[in-house]
Amino acid sequence: MTSEPLLKVEDLRVRFYTLRGVVHALEQVSFHLNRQETLGLAGETGCGKSVTARAILRLIDPPGRIERGAIHFEGRNLLKAREAEMRRIRGSQISMIMQEPKVSINPVIRVGKQIAETLLIHDKSLNRRSARRQAVDMLAQVGIPDPGKMSRRYPHELSGGMSQRVMIAMMLVTRPKLLIADEPTSALDVTIQAQILELMKSLVREIKTSVLMITHDLGVMAETCDRVAVMYAGNVVEMGSVRDVLKTPKHPYTQSLLQTVPDNANPDQPLFSIKGNVPSLLEPQTNCVFAPRCEYAMNRCVREKPGSYAINDGHQAACFLMVEKEK
Amino acid sequence: MLEKADKNSSLLLDINDLHVHFPIREGVLHRHRSTVKAVNGVSLKLSRGEVFGLVGESGCGKTTLGRAVVGLAPITRGNIYYKGKSIIGLTGSAAKERAKHIQLIFQDPHASLHPRKTVCDLVGVGLKLHGLAAGYEIDEQVLAILKQVGFSLEHLYRYAHEFSGGQRQRIALARALVLHPELLILDEPTSALDVSVQAQILNLLKELQRDFHLTYLFISHDLGVVRYMSTRIGVMYLGNIVELGATADVFGHSEHPYTRVLLSSLPSLDPDTPPQRQILEGDPPTPIDPPPGCPFAQRCPEVQDRCRSEFPVLVQRGEKTTHLSACHFPHISD
Repeated sequence: MTSEPLLKVEDLRVRFYTLRGVVHALEQVSFHLNRQETLGLAGETGCGKSVTARAILRLIDPPGRIERGAIHFEGRNLLKAREAEMRRIRGSQISMIMQEPKVSINPVIRVGKQIAETLLIHDKSLNRRSARRQAVDMLAQVGIPDPGKMSRRYPHELSGGMSQRVMIAMMLVTRPKLLIADEPTSALDVTIQAQILELMKSLVREIKTSVLMITHDLGVMAETCDRVAVMYAGNVVEMGSVRDVLKTPKHPYTQSLLQTVPDNANPDQPLFSIKGNVPSLLEPQTNCVFAPRCEYAMNRCVREKPGSYAINDGHQAACFLMVEKEK
Repeated sequence: MLEKADKNSSLLLDINDLHVHFPIREGVLHRHRSTVKAVNGVSLKLSRGEVFGLVGESGCGKTTLGRAVVGLAPITRGNIYYKGKSIIGLTGSAAKERAKHIQLIFQDPHASLHPRKTVCDLVGVGLKLHGLAAGYEIDEQVLAILKQVGFSLEHLYRYAHEFSGGQRQRIALARALVLHPELLILDEPTSALDVSVQAQILNLLKELQRDFHLTYLFISHDLGVVRYMSTRIGVMYLGNIVELGATADVFGHSEHPYTRVLLSSLPSLDPDTPPQRQILEGDPPTPIDPPPGCPFAQRCPEVQDRCRSEFPVLVQRGEKTTHLSACHFPHISD
């Protein structure tokens, strides 16, 4: 790799100090995102996908604390940046699309004004009129019919798919270098999901932005991402190209996860299900987090925590099976 | 009234030309302005022991249809027969009797279970209401049914808020099953759950269906889940069933353009074979005063003049008598 990645997350650890105990939300999270690449962050509820996204934007509020690690964005460590600097970065260089567009758009401000506002905040030299014009252009770009008229509508007048388009317009109008999309289509119907995914793919190419795509839907991931990182209980357990991870998964968790999807299952046989439950994040992690549910667990897995082992160029898994095989 | 002994006919539920309309009233005088036609003429027959999957996007009326069967939606026209007897407009003891036969499972187990009641209270409430058990008998029967869904004695007196999403959905299942119903209406039972938990619940549902010889009306927007679970499928669009048939027929030889679009929208798990995607323009129209003609005409990629004026009926179009579709120009493979 010659060029430096746009985003490099190194050994990130986030803990929440709650009354019930310390929640180990992120334990061992390292990944990188190259320029103009879409990286998928996959995993189930509570695995730390959204906390990772919030940590990148430094939006972890007390009782949460980023304990260690580094987040290099364009060569600068965001964890060392001053708050004023972060405020400039959020929204202009790193934007985030939320899952529920209805919740994250202000319902009492007209759509056009909200988009223009984003521009005005980050570009002081811009005047109101040209900001408004850019907002309308952006609405047209995200495929909203009659954008001039629509820009004067209130968010509650729009359907779910339309709101998500507005959200995308708002986040991309500043042409950010990194777009974090947190479950952008989970709240939408399949036909609308198909529209939004196509739109995102073409806009990302046009604006030349990089995307961190957070989703629990492996199908969405297969279609939109170049590379994938699979998370489990606060750890990145496998990372590689989308083809490597989905077709030749190496970590037992990834393998099990792929088998639980009913899409291609034989209706005459029971679905594969992972035995046991997700571990409590209140326990300190001293061994492999997946070991209690793993079919291949060895003595070593319950004693120590695996590091990340390379399988081939760019494909790695945090599992002792990778080293055992070599011997 | 309803008799459980009647095992002669295999027809369990017969929905006949069902309409559920909601008036929209506005202004000071509450004048009737328009009508939401949530379910607009649906006919459906469920045989004993089958799993019927109902798919469609949000707002297509699938949930309203399910709620109408248990008396939770006002029926404008049409009828619902359960074992040959009409079950619409029931009140009092007759409605209570229906609850013993037909139970509904809701989508979100976080909303449908009272967080500050114990599992025993939640599951046993049906027994108490119907006077089927009292005192310690309730606890005994509740424990028996809890064991069926994978719990044990230690869970009996815990509170609902102590359980995870998948566990709560199992409690909701136990609550429905404690009355030994014959028909379960499952409204998106796994869409609030993660895939690995979903797999556990789907397996359990299949097991229970076999063991208790249950009939399911399985409502979902997830085509993968419906395909895995159902023997027959109905595809709904804007208050109408547009295609109906055996699972293999509907998925393998879809006749209606909407079904074809829906199937092509499904993201593929294989990055090497992206689906041949048909992308629809616009949003699904609202069911407020739908236009005449085919409900799908506005968005259909193959629309013709006739579709805009003439309503297509749900009839056999191809060779199979069990495969019906509501389209003037269906895709018939030969």
